[in-house]
Amino acid sequence: MDLSGAFTAMWADLPAIFSMLIVGAAGLVVILMEAFQNRDPRIPWLTAGAFGLAMGWEAFQLGTAPDTAFFEQLRTGGYAAYINLLILGAGLFTTLVSPPYLRRLNRNFGEVYALLLFATVGMIMLGTSNTLISVFVGLETMSVCLYIMAGLLREDEGGIESGFKYFVLGAFSTGFLLYGIALMYGTTGTMHLPEMAGAFPDGVPLLFWAGVGLVIVGFGFKVSAAPFHMWTPDVYQGAPTTLTGYMSTASKASAFAALILILFFALPSAQASLVLAVLALITMAVGNVMALRQANVKRMLAYSSIAHAGYMFVALASGTTAGYSGALFYLLVYTVMNLGAFGVLALLEWDGMAGRKQTLSSLAGMGLERPVLGASMAVFMFSLIGFPPFGGFIGKYYIFAPAVSAGLTWLVIIGLLFSAMSGYYYLRVIYVLYMQTAADVAEADRAPEGGFAQPAWLSTAAVALCAVLLLVLGVAFSGVVDVTEMLFIQADAMAQTP
Amino acid sequence: MFADFIPLFVIIAIALGLALTLLAAASWIGPKRPNKIKRTPYESGMDPIGSARERYSVKFYLVAMIFIVFDVEVVFMYPWAVSFHDFIDAGLVATVGVMTVVGLFVGILTLGLVYDIKKGGLEFD
Repeated sequence: MDLSGAFTAMWADLPAIFSMLIVGAAGLVVILMEAFQNRDPRIPWLTAGAFGLAMGWEAFQLGTAPDTAFFEQLRTGGYAAYINLLILGAGLFTTLVSPPYLRRLNRNFGEVYALLLFATVGMIMLGTSNTLISVFVGLETMSVCLYIMAGLLREDEGGIESGFKYFVLGAFSTGFLLYGIALMYGTTGTMHLPEMAGAFPDGVPLLFWAGVGLVIVGFGFKVSAAPFHMWTPDVYQGAPTTLTGYMSTASKASAFAALILILFFALPSAQASLVLAVLALITMAVGNVMALRQANVKRMLAYSSIAHAGYMFVALASGTTAGYSGALFYLLVYTVMNLGAFGVLALLEWDGMAGRKQTLSSLAGMGLERPVLGASMAVFMFSLIGFPPFGGFIGKYYIFAPAVSAGLTWLVIIGLLFSAMSGYYYLRVIYVLYMQTAADVAEADRAPEGGFAQPAWLSTAAVALCAVLLLVLGVAFSGVVDVTEMLFIQADAMAQTP
Repeated sequence: MFADFIPLFVIIAIALGLALTLLAAASWIGPKRPNKIKRTPYESGMDPIGSARERYSVKFYLVAMIFIVFDVEVVFMYPWAVSFHDFIDAGLVATVGVMTVVGLFVGILTLGLVYDIKKGGLEFD
């Protein structure tokens, strides 16, 4: 092996992981700053700067042709840039809304931002991986950081439950994923995703499908698809709200991105379609039905995020490039609306337990008292239902339409019925925010006098920006859809030419 | 495909069978003459005093972190040191390259150590 040539190739590939390098380096600097001065006030700004810089870089990579880097370990080009932009954007939003929120909880540690940055490095690796090894390394880097972030409120019962449950079940699911990777490698003899599909010229052995099944189970845990969703409500409820928003969007976005890469490149045929369709069906049913009965808004949003994972599986089940690009678009919309909804909840939180004991009724009348937050929350809720002028509607169209073309009409009909049903619990939030006052709700549900925090302008502006972005995505979506479709046309062309 | 894995399953079967057989044989054949001293838990020759389930100071975890830093460092430094001659033989680019990579690795680990010490990992009270 030519060692000098290998190093030369490696140095030449460094720009391909620019955002990983900048975000990782920022994490190390943050750790040092925290070591020398506890809760250094410059840390959030540095973190936001690193995210912003990386986003700027990725924005210029959107149109580039797909390629691989580091001996085909990672993908570069448009697909990677799109996912990275999404993840980095979620990170930037979380950094903007977190400081005032965590200060109120007395948990504004510098380590939180370092973990945020390190988790993002893992997510970038996961979302751009081209081999099963980088899938695994990325997933673990991301998960270990998220376990700690989930248990941040370590004196609170709910925080302990959240961190512990996430860690134990996450580690368990990693076992499934790893066994699946082992079986896929054992049958194909390669770790590279694009080479897997061509490994069986005559018949795919059952053992390979067993590996694919285990990998889907592993990813099912990470994206909280039913029946692997049990951890989601408890973990989301006990974790600090802004970080819950990050967990429920960025980690799902990167896990779905990696799953799409595996389905698109590594599977020789669309035989997994029915499995994914059943997974979608169960996930939509569990998420939507369970969300109906929740009194706690964070728990409701946790079940709603399960339901949305189900919608995305509908797109994956169609098994076509249109389906995958629809899922990518939906990931963007989902990230914006969920981040925003969790951001509003964080700003309207008063119980000092990450909203664990706070019922929906405690927010009665806040829509009129905090007009910007209330209006933004209304936008997020309408968009989560899939109401026309907002991004959620367009997103749902682009995931259901390819499924109809692929002959999954039954699944789409069920999905539409479930999203109609979701109107009940989403609209209830708007009802409570605008049409009830504190006098209307039970004594036990009311917030104490002066319980609500003073509005922090930067966080409020970030939330409002999410709402505006949803409106823009709902009207001027064609540019983004062109981009997501282009990514797969390019990838198709690349897969055919080697 | 399954045929390739048969030796693996044979090894698993032998390992399980041997372990279970030995355990069963010991319980069948072995003489059982229990007395008080034999029944006490083994504490490396000491008489056991009280329960072993005590709470440890959280300081031990910081010490454990420092251990991990050096432990992981050595795990990766060892293969690097063993194969270093190959990199020297491959020319200047490879030598400088491998030094840079390991330097970065040790540097990042050192940051962890600095963090641990600054957070009071070596201060006992």
